[in-house]
This record gives sequence, structure tokens and C-alpha cells, in this order.
Amino acid sequence: MSIIADHLSYIYGAGTTFEVKALDDVSFKIDDGEYVGLMGHTGSGKSTLVQHLNGLLKPSSGTVYVDGEDICERDYDIKKLRGGVGLVFQYPEYQLFEEDVFSDVCFGPKNLGLPRSEVELRAYEALKQVGISDDCFYQSPFELSGGEKRRVAIAGVLAMKPKVLILDEPTAGLDPKGRMWMFDLIGKLRSEQGMTILLISHSMDDLAENAGRLLVMDAGRIVMDGSTKEVFSYCGELMDMGLDIPDVTRVMYMLRERGVNVGTDAVTLDEAVGDILKLYSGK
Amino acid sequence: MLRDITLGQYYPAESLLHKLDPRVKIICTFIYMISVFLVRDPAGYAVAGAFLVSMIVLSRVPFKFMVRGLKGIMFILLFTAVFNVFFTPGEVLFSFWKLKVTREGLRVGIRMVIRLMFLVIGSSIMTLTTTPNRLTVGLEKVFKPLERFKLPVHEVAMMMSIALGFIPILVSELDRIMKAQSARGVNFESKRLTERVKSMIPLLIPLFVSAFRRAGELATAMEARCYHGGEGRTRMKPLHYKKRDILAYIVVLLYLGAVIAVGILV
Repeated sequence: MSIIADHLSYIYGAGTTFEVKALDDVSFKIDDGEYVGLMGHTGSGKSTLVQHLNGLLKPSSGTVYVDGEDICERDYDIKKLRGGVGLVFQYPEYQLFEEDVFSDVCFGPKNLGLPRSEVELRAYEALKQVGISDDCFYQSPFELSGGEKRRVAIAGVLAMKPKVLILDEPTAGLDPKGRMWMFDLIGKLRSEQGMTILLISHSMDDLAENAGRLLVMDAGRIVMDGSTKEVFSYCGELMDMGLDIPDVTRVMYMLRERGVNVGTDAVTLDEAVGDILKLYSGK
Repeated sequence: MLRDITLGQYYPAESLLHKLDPRVKIICTFIYMISVFLVRDPAGYAVAGAFLVSMIVLSRVPFKFMVRGLKGIMFILLFTAVFNVFFTPGEVLFSFWKLKVTREGLRVGIRMVIRLMFLVIGSSIMTLTTTPNRLTVGLEKVFKPLERFKLPVHEVAMMMSIALGFIPILVSELDRIMKAQSARGVNFESKRLTERVKSMIPLLIPLFVSAFRRAGELATAMEARCYHGGEGRTRMKPLHYKKRDILAYIVVLLYLGAVIAVGILV
């Protein structure tokens, strides 16, 4: 499923004195099966942007095409869209509400109007995918630990079997193990089910390790759009926007400053190790 | 979705009434309410009305904001008028079907409606020119003497100001939850009532859970900063009467005197 944003603009509080241009002429295309990272400082419009991609917000001007269809058309089937583009909000565990874990995961597919057997099958699969064991199925979601709650909430979105998965800072507040698990899951969803991924994150390291392409937002505009390597080569510009480069890249810059003849384009640990080893094996 | 909810009805402007001490406004509004119940004749109503109009002009709040408060009590106004006009015994002016309109009824009806309108507009002036927070501080000060009777005045005022602070937070929280559940396919705009009520459950439960969580966190944060109730607590911006506040009291007392005088003389 591909997504195209075509000259998207969104204005909060149009017509009042508090008018804020949250999105300003945003255009991009995400191809089927891509793993795209979205970054920008707080308030740059990331969350507003992703809410347009599954029709939660209607653009003030411009439009969004999902799978070639204009989702802003009046007769577009919004239910189909909600099933097709899954959106995992920040701290998704705060949206749990059912009496037990299993029914909460059933909630999404049930709303899609699927038959009961299909709903339950999907819920079961989704819970298995996020590694929740059978004996937790009939516990109250409020009794689970923070990490488990997050998994259940994500299962709630996965059970709708989206083709595109948008995650808004899915690792916020998780411990290192939880973070690793999360990226593992996202990677699997992409490689095994061919999901298209759009990941919002403030961690340059996570984006560098995982995303193949980066979109950078600043003040409601997309200011950079390119491969991860390319975007992180604009070190000065990123710093000016309140963003950063991956730690690994910074180490390479520092090495270079001290006279070590390495390139500064490595963004992941493996690349950096490779570059440094190359330097010394050459001698 | 829910961004248009405004809290209270404070209308920011630069006016004498905005600057007045909240205690003055609370007490004067109270005096005005009493005066409205004291008047019995057209001359008295004219004095009360003139005072109200001059306050509206002084407040620099557009008139339509004043009237907005009346919309809420439209039904009560109508109800009062109809009941008084039709069910007050007295000299019959005209009648149709089983209903009789009496001279006394007409008089009482009109009087009641004017009275209610004066009351509502009078208190609107107070809430329109005072921020909710200052109003709370003022209320706490005004009711302070009641603490002698073991009434928890400070606690109630603290609860009020915390509640006021929480409303925008909960509104934005609700907005988030609404979006998150919409993303899971809930249709909040369904035409069928049962479905609409059902769609409230996935909103309200997370909202309550988060409200309790926030309340617990706030309580911990307050205790961590040694909050122990109102005893010996000072304010960052203590209220002090200024010249204009004294002047306001004098003006209102003069007005009250005028109302009583008109009542006796006419």
C-alpha cells in the first residue's frame, strides 16, 4: 500500500486569532514495503501529519492518496482506511478499556464488521505476535505491567491487519529490553508480512539502525527527504533544527577531528566498525 | 475535535472592573442580588437597571457576552413568565380556553422575569471580568471566617482550583483517546442512539483511568513539596485592598441606599 501526501496543509483554529499552521504544503510519497522514519523536534507537526494519513484529521487544503485513492473524497470508505492504515499512538496503553485483554484486542476487528470467528482468530494471532501468553488473555488489561500493556495495545492495532503501520514514538518510556523487542517486532512485521512502516522517533540511533529513509519536519514543513545516510550527513542543519546525529556518527566526527582518517558517513555501529577496521587492516 | 471548549466565561479586557479585587466583586455581586429582591416598584427597577447598565459599560465586555448567560436560563424564564401570568388570581384582563390572564399575573410575571435577568446578568459581570483562579482565591478569602465553624474552606477552594486546572488537561486527553479509538474503527458520529451510547464506553473508561492516575500523581507531587493543608500557608500574590476597591464598596453601598430610599419614598 502506497501513501502519497499531495500539498497537504492543516491550520488549527482557522478563522480565530490563535490560527496556527501545523502543516504547510507537505508532499511526499511512501512506497509499498518501505521503512520510513519521521523526525522533527516537538511541535514540528509530526503527529498532525500522521493523523492525516488515516483520515483522523481532514486537511485544510491538499489531499492524501492511499493505494491511489483519494481518502478525502466524500464517498471514500473510511472503515476500509482504518483497517488498511494502522496508527499506534504515543503511549497506546492509555487507550485500553475492556474487561479482559482478549476482548480489548477484539475491539478493532469487531469495529471493522468482521464475523466473530475471524475477529477472534485475528485477536489470537495478534496477541501471539506480540508475545502475550495464553494465561494472560482473560486478565484485566489494567493488571498488566507497563510493557505488557503496550504490547496488548499494539496487538489491538495489529489485529486489524493493517498494510501500513504508523507508530508514534512506540518506545517512549520502555526499558532497553523493551526497545529492542519493539524494533524486533517492527522489523519482523515488515519482513514477514511486507508491512509498510512509518516510524516517528526522537532517537537518532534507533532511526539510523532501522529506517531506510528519513523525512525531517520543521515548523510544519518537510525540510529533508532522503536515505538515512544522506539525511544524517547534514549534521549542521539538523543541529540547527534542534535535532541530532547518531552517536556513532558523532564518534566518527570526533575521530576525524583528532586526525584519524575515517569517513563520517557511518550511521550504524556495524558500518562504523567496518570503516575503522578497514583503516587499520590497510596498514 | 474538542478545542473549542472554553472554561468559565472570562473575557479578557482592560477595565476598572477587571482590576478590582475579586473579594470586592463577590461581595458587591451579593449585595446587588439582595438589592434586586428588595425592589418592588418600577422606580426601584429603574435604579437597579441603571446601575447594571453602568457596570456593563464600565466592564468593557461586549453586550452579547452578557446576554449569552441568559440563553441557558431561557426555559426557566419562559416557565416563570407563563406560570405567573396564567396562575395568579386577580382582576381578569382577558381569557381564552381555560386560561385567564390577570392584571396582577402580568405584573408579577414581568417583575419576576426582569428580576431573574438582572440576577443572571449581574453575576455574569462578575464571572466575565474575573479569571476562574482569581475567583477561587476571592471565594476562599470571603468564606475564610466560616473555618471557625469547622468548614473546610481552604480545602474546597484548593479542590476548585485543581479541578479548574485539570479541565484543559482532561479535554486534551479525551481528544487523544477519541482519536486513538477512532483509529481502531469506532464511529462516534453514528445516527443510532444505542450505538452512540456504546461508543462512549471506550472513551470514558480510559479517561477515568487516566484521571485517577493523574490525581494520584498530583497528590504525591504535592506531598513531596510538603503540602499539608491551608494552615499557615501564604500566597504568591496576596490580595490587598487598594483605593479603588474601597471606592467600589462605597459606590455599591450608596446604590443599596438609593434602592432602599426609592422603596420608602415612592
